[in-house]
This record gives sequence, C-alpha cells and structure tokens, in this order.
Amino acid sequence: MDLKEKLLSSFMAFEERIDVHSELHDVRTLAIKNFEDKGFPTKKDEAWKYTSLNSVLKNDFTVFSKKENAIEFNHVKKYFLHEIDTYKLVFIDGVFNSHLSSTTHEGMDICLMSSALNKPKYKMVIDNYFNKIASKDESLTTLNTAFANEGAYINIPKSKVVHKPIEIMYFSTGSEVALLTQPRNLIIVGENSHVQIIERHQSLNKNPVLTNSVTEIFAQKRAIVDYYKIQNDNLGANLIDNTYVSQKQESHVSVNTFSFGGNLTRNNLNFYHFGERITSTLNGITIIGEKQHVDHYTLVKHSTPNCESFQDYKGIYSDSSTGVFNGKIFVEREAQKTNAFQKSNNILLSDKATINAKPQLEIFADDVKCSHGCTVGQLDETALFYMQQRGIPQKEAKALLMYAFSNAVIESIKIPELKQRITKIIATKLGVKIGFDL
Amino acid sequence: MLSIKNLHASIGDKEILKGINLEVKAGEIHAIMGPNGAGKSTLASIIAGNENYEVTQGEITLDGEDLSELAPEERAHKGVFLSFQYPVEIPGVSVTNFMRTAINETRKAQGLEEMPAKDMLKFIREKSELLEIDRKFLSRSLNEGFSGGEKKRNEIFQMAMLEPKLAILDETDSGLDIDALRIVANGVNKLKSDKNAIIIITHYQRLLDYIVPDFVHVLYNGKIVKSGDASLALELEEKGYDWIKQEQEA
Repeated sequence: MDLKEKLLSSFMAFEERIDVHSELHDVRTLAIKNFEDKGFPTKKDEAWKYTSLNSVLKNDFTVFSKKENAIEFNHVKKYFLHEIDTYKLVFIDGVFNSHLSSTTHEGMDICLMSSALNKPKYKMVIDNYFNKIASKDESLTTLNTAFANEGAYINIPKSKVVHKPIEIMYFSTGSEVALLTQPRNLIIVGENSHVQIIERHQSLNKNPVLTNSVTEIFAQKRAIVDYYKIQNDNLGANLIDNTYVSQKQESHVSVNTFSFGGNLTRNNLNFYHFGERITSTLNGITIIGEKQHVDHYTLVKHSTPNCESFQDYKGIYSDSSTGVFNGKIFVEREAQKTNAFQKSNNILLSDKATINAKPQLEIFADDVKCSHGCTVGQLDETALFYMQQRGIPQKEAKALLMYAFSNAVIESIKIPELKQRITKIIATKLGVKIGFDL
Repeated sequence: MLSIKNLHASIGDKEILKGINLEVKAGEIHAIMGPNGAGKSTLASIIAGNENYEVTQGEITLDGEDLSELAPEERAHKGVFLSFQYPVEIPGVSVTNFMRTAINETRKAQGLEEMPAKDMLKFIREKSELLEIDRKFLSRSLNEGFSGGEKKRNEIFQMAMLEPKLAILDETDSGLDIDALRIVANGVNKLKSDKNAIIIITHYQRLLDYIVPDFVHVLYNGKIVKSGDASLALELEEKGYDWIKQEQEA
C-alpha cells in the first residue's frame, strides 16, 4: 500500500473518531476528495518542477502516532530560547504536551487547535477563520485540512502588545520507524496588536519524519506580526510548510525563514492583501550542504492599492546540495502604486551544487514599482584579496564573506536573543568566530 | 628591505609593467607618482600578491626572501601591508572583529598564541587614539556606509594595528579633505620608524607636503623613468606630467 492509499484508508478510521455532523466534516470531506483526485505532486506539476517527493514518499510512514511520548526538558532545552521568558506550545509526535508548554487564556488565547476545533466557545472564530485563507486546491494543503486536528491556536484581541514571544515547537521522538505528522496552526492578530512567533520542527533521532504543516495567519488592521521559522532539523527530517497570510489595511507581517537542516524542505509562503497600505516582508537564509534540498516557493498577491512587499532570500549551497527559489508576484489591475521588491542572491561553493531561481512577475496595474533580482555566483574576489592582504587565509576569508552575505537578513530579526542564536548557528556552520564585541 | 629587479607583469595579454627596478631600505619613504594608467596601482597589487596579474619576468624580494611563490596572506604575515585605493565593504563584520581575526591569523602563522581579549582591547584603544578614531566607529561594519575619508582613515588604523614592515599606500589621499588628510598623514608619520619602510602611490603633491618622501619616482608607461628627491614632486606639480611624456618621446 503506498502512502496515498494508506492516508485515504486511515481517513475513514479518523472520521469514525470525530463528530461527523459538524460543519468541519464537510470541509474535511471536500479536502480529502481534492487530495484523492490530485495525489502527491510530481515533477510534472509546474510548481514542483525542481522538487521531487519520490524518495521521501518511499518511507513507510506511520500516519498516526500511537503512543504518547514524553521528553525531559533538559534534553530539549537547547532548542528553546531559554534566556528569556516565552509562551510555549509544545507538541511531541503531533500530540500536545502540557508539561513542556506554557499557554494562556488571560486576555488572549495561546493554546491548542484541538480545543479550538472541539469546544463550543471557539466555534464562531473557527467558522469565520478556519480554512478561510488556506488553499482549497493545492493537494498537500487539502491533505492537511482533511486530517487537521492539532497544532497552535493563537487569537490575540485588538490593541494588545504580546510582550513575550510565542515559541511553537514540534518534536518527533523517532519512536516510530517513520512518522508523518500534519500540524495545523491558526493565528489571528486583532487590530493594532503586536505579536512575535517562533516556530521550529525538531526530530530527536535519525528516523525519517515527514511534516506536512499548514499555518493560517490573519492580520487585522494595523496589526504587526513577526514570524520566524527555524528549520535546522536532522538529516532524516522532511518538511513541507504551507503558510498562508491574510492581511488587512496597514498591517505589517514579516516571515523570516532560516533553513539550515533537514533532508528535503519545501516552503510554500503565500501573502494576500485585503486593504491599503499593507506591508509584507519575506526573508530567508538557506545554508545547506551534502545532499540537502530546500525549495522556497513564494507568492505575494497585490490586489489593493498603495501596498508594499519586500523579499530577500540568501542562499549558500555546498557539496551536492540543491536549492530552488520560485518567487511569484501578482499585481492586479486595482493595485496601483504597488511597490514590490524581490531579491534572491545565491552562492554556489561547489561544482555539484545547484540552484534554480525563477522570479515570476504578473503585473496588470500600470502605476507600480516592481523589481526582481536573482544572482548566482561565487564570492567576490576583490573582497577575498582584501582580506588575504590583511593576513586572513583564503578559507577563513571565504567563511567571513559568507557570514557577511547572510548578514542583511540577520539584521532584520527583532528578538535579540533569537538574533544571537541564529548568528551563532550560522557562524558555526561557516567556521567563523564572530563573538567579540567592544 | 624591498628589492624589485626587472619586474615585468601582465594581465591577460596586456603587459603593464615593463621592467621595474626599485630598492627600498628600512627607514625610507618612497613616493611613486605618474599619470593614470602608468601602472602604479598594478605595482602595488603585485607586491601584495594579487593573483589576477602574472609576473612574466624579474623578481621581488623582501629582506632577501623571494615573494613570488607566496600567497597574499603569507606576504602579509611577512609584514607587507597594502592600503587599498578602494577599500572593500564587508557588512556584518565589525572593524574590531575583522582586526582581531587578522591579527590572530598572523600570530598563528608566526607560531604565537592568540592575543588575549584584554590585551586586544588595550591595543585597539591605543591605536584608535593615535588616529583620533571614535570608539563607536569600531563597532560598525567594516567600511559599510563609510565616507571616502573614513575608509582611508580606517586603512591607516589597520596599518597601525598590524604594524607592517613594508606599507604601500595606494592613492591614500584621493577623496580626502584637508582635515582627513592631516589626520591620515599624522598617523602615518607616527607609525614610521627606522625599522619599516613606506611606499606612497599618489598623483598629487599634496600628501607629500605632510609625509615627506626620501625618494620620488615617476612611473610612466610601465617603467620608472625618473627618480629624485622630494623636490622632484614639486617640479612635477609645477610642470605637470606632460613634461615627462615629452622627455620620453624625445
């Protein structure tokens, strides 16, 4: 039985466990039908031209974890930002772990999706927001929708500054030989509110994992959301991250993706505008080697006037690693005075590394400023010579330059402890000592 | 200290240096002047070990040691310093981090331990005072957003930190106003000693009012065509480079 068949038959078992009369049932039924019709994407799909799921799908994934596994905090402390106080939503093999988590219902909800989907007090929110921005066509998104039952539920009311960042952690213990997990996150940020969220997937051993996650983010008027995705997982872990952002007037949403680990990572990041003077920021740093593969597939849909979007993706590829950047910008006819900027800068460190960079702009408004720039190259020779002339050997000079190359995106991290953490990870990966300050 | 004999060098098919001879002894200051395209910056790059140029003939030795097989960082470890005409920007790497890395790599090459952080801080403080550099400047990213004058001052600060045997200043005065020029020149004058040597590459006489050379050479069309003392620079200022060109063509 291949994975698709396994999933379709386990859907039936899954349905038996849940309330088949709720409206959600209809949503799930349509979703599974869509997945059944389309199946897993292949290279014949234009959107998956450079990323093949074949070898990942060959693993014999367990679709539901049968055991509730516990983890000692000390074993996973290093994955958290333990220097500061944060809200924590921790899931182990897809199951919420209250012991490691720190939720709240005081003036806002930072808690679990399973509660939100089942308890009557959340029904109105779920009816108004759940699955309202996520794609109903895209096969993997609908697969997630069909099985959606656990993940982060964050609802911030209006005029609230959330002072502590929220850490959403998905751990896989590897107690199953291979595990498929499908987290579903729903994040709603009210007018004038401000929240910072960090999401991380981490497997704790080498067993293969496939995470197919969907995150919906709704930013109301003037809301500010800073979202950070840390993808520094083991080499057995595969991640398909589908994130959909809906923005209202004057809101600012930034998503920063740091891709350093994993075997195969696909980031589908989509922004939709419903109002004027919206700002969307999409940044990424990818540093991979060996046979790793990272695919950034972004979409910004400008449908309203006077909005801006900024994309800055930096990639460094060594050994036989492969990268993809497919950045789409749609500017509809009404979206006059749009400013849309996209940059994808890549460095290849070996002959066997590859990057496929494909900017796509479809512009139907006539008073806009749009730019895109993709560069693929090696390190700047003049800069290398300058450093060597100061006594820095070529290997160290290259590492320093690569660190400097990633720096623009690092500068945009607004949580100091997180910025330090990411800087350290990058410096370690590149073999550079940066920790000296006056 | 530095001995250049019959140096010929090309970039691709084009020969730029056509037989340079130059002797620089410890304690001396040499100025190399000449019109654009003569090969002045090329000479500086080649002494520093830039691999884009090919030495086709001749030799360069430092204290009797042949430099031709040495990589740029190895020449730096032997005490060669080049102040760049266009210093490179390296965002994300602060001036202090850059200097710390450079100094410790040089010490490593010389078999020494890394300089302890406390000593490094003291050293940095001393040298930044020497060049009237504000401490805040040192935590900025290397050359990023620096004005022309600040970049050049930062080059001389690095020279002060690295204490080279042979310092080559490539067009250090270009882009400097009077005040910046004074500060840079003061810095260089404080750093010069009877143990090191300085080669100043410039178009203009102005810097040489502040850093008085022992010898002035005119580089024209890939060769040193005239040598003299500091008064030669004044003569060039009066007569311009056409005088040299006419002499050569005669």
